[in-house]
Amino acid sequence: MAIMECAALTKRFGAVKALDGVSLAVQPGRVVGLLGPNGSGKTTLIKLANGLLTPTGGELKIMGMKPGSETKALVSYLPDKEYLPEWMNAKQLMDFYGDFYSDFDRERAREMLARLGVDEKRRFKQLSKGTREKVQLILVMSRQAKLYLLDEPIGGVDPATRDFILDTIIRNYNPEAAVVISTHLIADVEQVLDDVIFVREGHVLLQSTVDEIRAREGKSVDQYFREVFKC
Amino acid sequence: MDWTFRADQPIYAQLVEKIKQSIISGALLPGSRLAPVRELAMEAGVNPNTMQRALQELEREGLVYSQRTSGRFVTEDDRVIAMQKETLAKERVRAFLASMAELGFDLPSILSLIKEE
Repeated sequence: MAIMECAALTKRFGAVKALDGVSLAVQPGRVVGLLGPNGSGKTTLIKLANGLLTPTGGELKIMGMKPGSETKALVSYLPDKEYLPEWMNAKQLMDFYGDFYSDFDRERAREMLARLGVDEKRRFKQLSKGTREKVQLILVMSRQAKLYLLDEPIGGVDPATRDFILDTIIRNYNPEAAVVISTHLIADVEQVLDDVIFVREGHVLLQSTVDEIRAREGKSVDQYFREVFKC
Repeated sequence: MDWTFRADQPIYAQLVEKIKQSIISGALLPGSRLAPVRELAMEAGVNPNTMQRALQELEREGLVYSQRTSGRFVTEDDRVIAMQKETLAKERVRAFLASMAELGFDLPSILSLIKEE
Protein backbone atom coordinates (compact mmCIF):
# COMPACT_ATOMS: atom_id res chain seq x y z
CA MET A 1 0.00 0.00 0.00
CA ALA A 2 1.15 3.53 -0.77
CA ILE A 3 2.15 5.50 2.32
CA MET A 4 0.60 8.65 0.91
CA GLU A 5 -1.75 8.98 -2.01
CA CYS A 6 -3.47 12.01 -3.56
CA ALA A 7 -6.21 11.95 -6.18
CA ALA A 8 -7.35 15.13 -7.93
CA LEU A 9 -6.40 17.04 -4.79
CA THR A 10 -7.34 20.70 -4.91
CA LYS A 11 -6.86 23.49 -2.39
CA ARG A 12 -8.12 27.02 -2.88
CA PHE A 13 -7.45 30.06 -0.78
CA GLY A 14 -10.21 32.41 -1.93
CA ALA A 15 -9.65 32.94 -5.63
CA VAL A 16 -6.15 31.42 -5.55
CA LYS A 17 -5.70 27.75 -6.42
CA ALA A 18 -2.69 26.65 -4.38
CA LEU A 19 -3.12 23.06 -5.58
CA ASP A 20 -5.08 22.11 -8.66
CA GLY A 21 -5.91 18.46 -9.35
CA VAL A 22 -2.79 16.88 -7.86
CA SER A 23 -2.52 13.10 -8.14
CA LEU A 24 0.52 11.25 -6.84
CA ALA A 25 1.63 8.32 -4.69
CA VAL A 26 4.54 7.87 -2.29
CA GLN A 27 5.66 4.27 -1.76
CA PRO A 28 7.35 2.75 1.33
CA GLY A 29 11.14 2.73 1.44
CA ARG A 30 11.47 5.78 -0.80
CA VAL A 31 13.08 9.14 -0.19
CA VAL A 32 11.12 11.60 -2.30
CA GLY A 33 12.04 15.15 -3.26
CA LEU A 34 9.10 17.52 -3.58
CA LEU A 35 10.64 20.12 -5.82
CA GLY A 36 9.36 23.42 -7.08
CA PRO A 37 10.01 27.14 -6.91
CA ASN A 38 8.62 29.22 -4.07
CA GLY A 39 4.84 29.46 -4.21
CA SER A 40 4.37 26.26 -6.22
CA GLY A 41 2.24 24.55 -3.56
CA LYS A 42 4.80 22.39 -1.72
CA THR A 43 3.98 23.62 1.77
CA THR A 44 0.24 23.49 1.07
CA LEU A 45 0.56 19.82 0.07
CA ILE A 46 2.54 19.03 3.22
CA LYS A 47 0.02 20.84 5.42
CA LEU A 48 -2.84 18.92 3.82
CA ALA A 49 -1.00 15.66 4.53
CA ASN A 50 -0.73 16.73 8.17
CA GLY A 51 -4.38 17.65 8.49
CA LEU A 52 -3.43 21.28 9.17
CA LEU A 53 -5.49 22.25 6.13
CA THR A 54 -8.51 20.52 4.61
CA PRO A 55 -8.87 19.96 0.86
CA THR A 56 -11.28 22.00 -1.25
CA GLY A 57 -11.67 19.01 -3.57
CA GLY A 58 -10.30 15.56 -4.29
CA GLU A 59 -8.68 13.43 -1.62
CA LEU A 60 -5.47 12.68 0.21
CA LYS A 61 -4.86 9.50 2.18
CA ILE A 62 -2.14 8.37 4.53
CA MET A 63 -1.96 4.57 4.72
CA GLY A 64 -5.50 4.52 3.33
CA MET A 65 -6.89 6.96 5.93
CA LYS A 66 -7.95 10.58 5.73
CA PRO A 67 -5.68 12.86 7.78
CA GLY A 68 -6.81 12.90 11.40
CA SER A 69 -5.66 11.78 14.82
CA GLU A 70 -4.85 8.26 13.57
CA THR A 71 -2.63 9.51 10.79
CA LYS A 72 -0.90 12.03 13.07
CA ALA A 73 0.46 9.03 14.95
CA LEU A 74 2.03 7.86 11.68
CA VAL A 75 3.36 11.15 10.31
CA SER A 76 6.40 12.99 11.62
CA TYR A 77 6.45 16.58 10.44
CA LEU A 78 9.24 19.14 10.30
CA PRO A 79 7.64 22.56 9.66
CA ASP A 80 9.48 25.19 7.64
CA LYS A 81 9.82 27.41 10.71
CA GLU A 82 10.88 26.98 14.30
CA TYR A 83 8.05 25.52 16.34
CA LEU A 84 9.55 24.33 19.64
CA PRO A 85 9.10 26.16 22.96
CA GLU A 86 12.29 28.24 23.25
CA TRP A 87 12.60 28.03 27.01
CA MET A 88 12.95 24.25 27.05
CA ASN A 89 16.32 22.52 27.13
CA ALA A 90 17.10 19.43 25.06
CA LYS A 91 16.09 17.08 27.88
CA GLN A 92 12.72 18.81 28.28
CA LEU A 93 12.22 18.76 24.53
CA MET A 94 12.70 14.99 24.57
CA ASP A 95 10.15 14.68 27.40
CA PHE A 96 7.80 16.87 25.36
CA TYR A 97 8.15 14.69 22.28
CA GLY A 98 7.87 11.51 24.34
CA ASP A 99 4.60 12.77 25.87
CA PHE A 100 3.10 13.62 22.51
CA TYR A 101 4.26 10.64 20.46
CA SER A 102 4.29 7.03 21.62
CA ASP A 103 6.67 6.15 18.75
CA PHE A 104 9.36 8.58 19.95
CA ASP A 105 12.67 6.74 20.39
CA ARG A 106 14.44 8.64 23.16
CA GLU A 107 17.64 6.62 22.96
CA ARG A 108 17.98 7.40 19.28
CA ALA A 109 17.44 11.11 19.94
CA ARG A 110 19.98 11.14 22.79
CA GLU A 111 22.56 9.41 20.67
CA MET A 112 22.13 11.90 17.82
CA LEU A 113 22.18 14.89 20.17
CA ALA A 114 25.39 13.58 21.71
CA ARG A 115 26.92 13.18 18.26
CA LEU A 116 25.97 16.77 17.58
CA GLY A 117 27.56 17.78 20.89
CA VAL A 118 24.42 19.42 22.30
CA ASP A 119 24.44 19.91 26.06
CA GLU A 120 21.05 18.59 27.25
CA LYS A 121 20.82 21.38 29.81
CA ARG A 122 21.12 24.31 27.41
CA ARG A 123 17.88 26.02 26.54
CA PHE A 124 16.72 25.90 22.95
CA LYS A 125 16.94 29.67 22.56
CA GLN A 126 20.61 29.66 23.66
CA LEU A 127 21.58 27.44 20.73
CA SER A 128 22.78 28.81 17.40
CA LYS A 129 20.30 28.89 14.53
CA GLY A 130 22.02 25.99 12.76
CA THR A 131 22.04 23.87 15.91
CA ARG A 132 18.35 24.63 16.55
CA GLU A 133 17.54 23.39 13.06
CA LYS A 134 19.53 20.22 13.68
CA VAL A 135 17.82 19.62 17.05
CA GLN A 136 14.39 19.97 15.41
CA LEU A 137 15.35 17.48 12.72
CA ILE A 138 16.74 15.03 15.29
CA LEU A 139 13.45 15.07 17.23
CA VAL A 140 11.43 14.56 14.05
CA MET A 141 13.66 11.72 12.79
CA SER A 142 13.67 10.00 16.20
CA ARG A 143 10.06 8.98 15.82
CA GLN A 144 9.40 5.54 14.36
CA ALA A 145 6.94 7.02 11.90
CA LYS A 146 5.67 5.74 8.56
CA LEU A 147 5.94 9.08 6.83
CA TYR A 148 8.43 11.88 7.47
CA LEU A 149 7.45 15.21 5.97
CA LEU A 150 10.38 17.62 5.97
CA ASP A 151 9.45 21.09 4.78
CA GLU A 152 12.58 22.94 3.58
CA PRO A 153 14.99 21.25 6.01
CA ILE A 154 18.05 22.74 4.32
CA GLY A 155 16.89 26.25 3.52
CA GLY A 156 19.74 28.58 4.41
CA VAL A 157 22.02 26.21 6.34
CA ASP A 158 25.79 25.99 5.95
CA PRO A 159 27.37 23.02 4.12
CA ALA A 160 28.38 21.23 7.34
CA THR A 161 24.81 21.48 8.65
CA ARG A 162 23.50 20.27 5.33
CA ASP A 163 25.78 17.22 5.51
CA PHE A 164 24.61 16.52 9.05
CA ILE A 165 20.98 16.70 7.94
CA LEU A 166 21.50 14.40 4.95
CA ASP A 167 23.52 11.99 7.08
CA THR A 168 20.73 11.94 9.68
CA ILE A 169 18.18 11.12 6.98
CA ILE A 170 20.29 8.23 5.61
CA ARG A 171 21.17 6.95 9.09
CA ASN A 172 17.49 6.69 10.03
CA TYR A 173 16.41 5.13 6.75
CA ASN A 174 13.65 2.58 7.27
CA PRO A 175 12.48 0.42 4.34
CA GLU A 176 8.92 0.49 5.65
CA ALA A 177 8.69 4.26 5.89
CA ALA A 178 8.85 7.06 3.35
CA VAL A 179 10.55 10.45 3.57
CA VAL A 180 9.29 13.48 1.65
CA ILE A 181 11.68 16.43 1.48
CA SER A 182 10.39 19.69 0.06
CA THR A 183 13.05 22.03 -1.27
CA HIS A 184 14.09 24.27 -4.10
CA LEU A 185 17.80 23.54 -3.45
CA ILE A 186 17.98 20.36 -5.48
CA ALA A 187 21.74 20.00 -5.91
CA ASP A 188 22.05 19.74 -2.12
CA VAL A 189 19.71 16.76 -1.73
CA GLU A 190 19.86 14.99 -5.07
CA GLN A 191 22.22 12.23 -3.87
CA VAL A 192 19.86 11.02 -1.16
CA LEU A 193 16.68 11.00 -3.25
CA ASP A 194 15.04 7.99 -4.92
CA ASP A 195 12.21 9.88 -6.58
CA VAL A 196 11.34 13.42 -7.46
CA ILE A 197 8.05 15.22 -7.90
CA PHE A 198 8.20 18.53 -9.78
CA VAL A 199 5.42 20.95 -8.88
CA ARG A 200 4.61 24.25 -10.53
CA GLU A 201 1.71 26.59 -9.85
CA GLY A 202 -0.24 23.89 -8.06
CA HIS A 203 0.25 21.19 -10.70
CA VAL A 204 2.43 18.08 -10.72
CA LEU A 205 4.66 18.43 -13.76
CA LEU A 206 6.49 15.16 -13.38
CA GLN A 207 6.99 12.23 -11.04
CA SER A 208 10.06 10.11 -11.79
CA THR A 209 13.05 8.36 -10.26
CA VAL A 210 16.33 10.28 -10.07
CA ASP A 211 18.13 7.50 -11.99
CA GLU A 212 15.59 7.66 -14.82
CA ILE A 213 16.07 11.39 -15.28
CA ARG A 214 19.86 11.11 -15.20
CA ALA A 215 19.90 8.16 -17.62
CA ARG A 216 17.37 9.69 -20.03
CA GLU A 217 18.53 13.29 -19.99
CA GLY A 218 22.26 12.75 -19.41
CA LYS A 219 22.19 15.46 -16.76
CA SER A 220 21.53 15.86 -13.07
CA VAL A 221 18.04 16.46 -11.72
CA ASP A 222 19.27 19.90 -10.66
CA GLN A 223 20.27 20.82 -14.21
CA TYR A 224 17.06 19.32 -15.62
CA PHE A 225 14.97 21.24 -13.08
CA ARG A 226 16.62 24.52 -14.09
CA GLU A 227 15.71 23.80 -17.70
CA VAL A 228 12.11 22.88 -16.98
CA PHE A 229 11.59 25.90 -14.73
CA LYS A 230 13.51 28.45 -16.78
CA CYS A 231 11.67 31.75 -16.86
CA MET B 1 37.41 6.37 -1.84
CA ASP B 2 36.49 9.59 -3.59
CA TRP B 3 32.71 9.94 -3.50
CA THR B 4 32.03 12.84 -5.82
CA PHE B 5 29.58 12.30 -8.63
CA ARG B 6 29.25 13.62 -12.15
CA ALA B 7 25.97 15.05 -13.38
CA ASP B 8 25.69 13.14 -16.66
CA GLN B 9 25.05 9.62 -15.35
CA PRO B 10 22.85 7.85 -12.79
CA ILE B 11 24.51 7.80 -9.37
CA TYR B 12 24.23 4.02 -9.01
CA ALA B 13 26.21 3.57 -12.26
CA GLN B 14 28.98 5.79 -10.88
CA LEU B 15 29.01 3.81 -7.63
CA VAL B 16 29.43 0.60 -9.66
CA GLU B 17 32.35 2.19 -11.49
CA LYS B 18 34.09 3.38 -8.31
CA ILE B 19 33.74 0.11 -6.42
CA LYS B 20 34.76 -1.86 -9.50
CA GLN B 21 37.88 0.24 -9.81
CA SER B 22 38.76 -0.40 -6.16
CA ILE B 23 38.45 -4.14 -6.74
CA ILE B 24 40.48 -4.10 -9.94
CA SER B 25 43.23 -1.97 -8.45
CA GLY B 26 43.42 -4.21 -5.39
CA ALA B 27 42.36 -1.49 -2.96
CA LEU B 28 39.58 -3.92 -2.07
CA LEU B 29 41.21 -7.34 -1.77
CA PRO B 30 39.69 -10.54 -3.20
CA GLY B 31 37.60 -12.27 -0.57
CA SER B 32 37.38 -9.21 1.67
CA ARG B 33 34.11 -8.33 3.29
CA LEU B 34 32.21 -5.20 2.27
CA ALA B 35 30.63 -2.93 4.88
CA PRO B 36 26.82 -3.20 5.24
CA VAL B 37 24.73 -1.29 2.70
CA ARG B 38 23.68 1.44 5.11
CA GLU B 39 27.24 2.08 6.22
CA LEU B 40 28.49 2.27 2.64
CA ALA B 41 25.58 4.55 1.79
CA MET B 42 26.47 6.90 4.64
CA GLU B 43 30.11 6.94 3.66
CA ALA B 44 29.22 7.84 0.07
CA GLY B 45 26.45 10.21 1.17
CA VAL B 46 23.89 8.45 -1.00
CA ASN B 47 20.52 6.86 -0.51
CA PRO B 48 20.70 3.20 0.70
CA ASN B 49 18.48 2.08 -2.21
CA THR B 50 21.01 3.53 -4.65
CA MET B 51 23.91 1.72 -2.94
CA GLN B 52 21.87 -1.49 -2.90
CA ARG B 53 21.25 -1.21 -6.62
CA ALA B 54 24.97 -0.68 -7.29
CA LEU B 55 25.93 -3.74 -5.23
CA GLN B 56 23.32 -5.85 -7.01
CA GLU B 57 24.81 -4.77 -10.33
CA LEU B 58 28.30 -5.78 -9.12
CA GLU B 59 26.85 -9.12 -8.03
CA ARG B 60 25.35 -9.61 -11.47
CA GLU B 61 28.78 -8.99 -12.99
CA GLY B 62 30.31 -11.55 -10.64
CA LEU B 63 32.65 -9.11 -8.85
CA VAL B 64 30.82 -9.38 -5.56
CA TYR B 65 28.83 -12.18 -3.96
CA SER B 66 26.58 -12.27 -0.95
CA GLN B 67 26.29 -14.85 1.76
CA ARG B 68 22.89 -14.87 3.37
CA THR B 69 24.01 -14.43 6.93
CA SER B 70 27.46 -12.91 6.84
CA GLY B 71 27.19 -10.16 4.23
CA ARG B 72 28.80 -9.27 0.92
CA PHE B 73 32.29 -10.19 -0.21
CA VAL B 74 34.63 -9.36 -3.07
CA THR B 75 34.98 -12.33 -5.41
CA GLU B 76 37.97 -14.64 -4.95
CA ASP B 77 37.92 -15.56 -8.61
CA ASP B 78 41.03 -13.93 -10.15
CA ARG B 79 39.80 -14.63 -13.67
CA VAL B 80 36.65 -12.55 -13.17
CA ILE B 81 38.74 -9.66 -11.85
CA ALA B 82 41.26 -10.00 -14.69
CA MET B 83 38.45 -10.01 -17.24
CA GLN B 84 36.87 -6.89 -15.77
CA LYS B 85 40.26 -5.25 -15.71
CA GLU B 86 40.75 -5.95 -19.39
CA THR B 87 37.26 -4.71 -20.27
CA LEU B 88 37.83 -1.49 -18.37
CA ALA B 89 41.28 -1.01 -19.94
CA LYS B 90 39.83 -1.47 -23.44
CA GLU B 91 37.05 1.02 -22.69
CA ARG B 92 39.60 3.60 -21.60
CA VAL B 93 41.81 3.00 -24.63
CA ARG B 94 38.81 3.43 -26.92
CA ALA B 95 37.83 6.66 -25.18
CA PHE B 96 41.44 7.89 -25.48
CA LEU B 97 41.58 7.04 -29.18
CA ALA B 98 38.27 8.80 -29.78
CA SER B 99 39.47 11.96 -28.04
CA MET B 100 42.74 11.90 -30.01
CA ALA B 101 40.77 11.45 -33.24
CA GLU B 102 38.85 14.60 -32.32
CA LEU B 103 42.19 16.41 -32.22
CA GLY B 104 42.96 15.07 -35.70
CA PHE B 105 45.52 12.36 -34.88
CA ASP B 106 45.55 9.05 -36.75
CA LEU B 107 46.70 5.77 -35.25
CA PRO B 108 50.39 5.87 -36.42
CA SER B 109 50.89 9.38 -35.09
CA ILE B 110 49.25 8.45 -31.77
CA LEU B 111 51.57 5.43 -31.50
CA SER B 112 54.65 7.52 -32.15
CA LEU B 113 53.52 10.03 -29.53
CA ILE B 114 53.13 7.20 -27.00
CA LYS B 115 56.63 5.94 -27.80
CA GLU B 116 58.06 9.42 -27.25
CA GLU B 117 56.47 9.53 -23.82
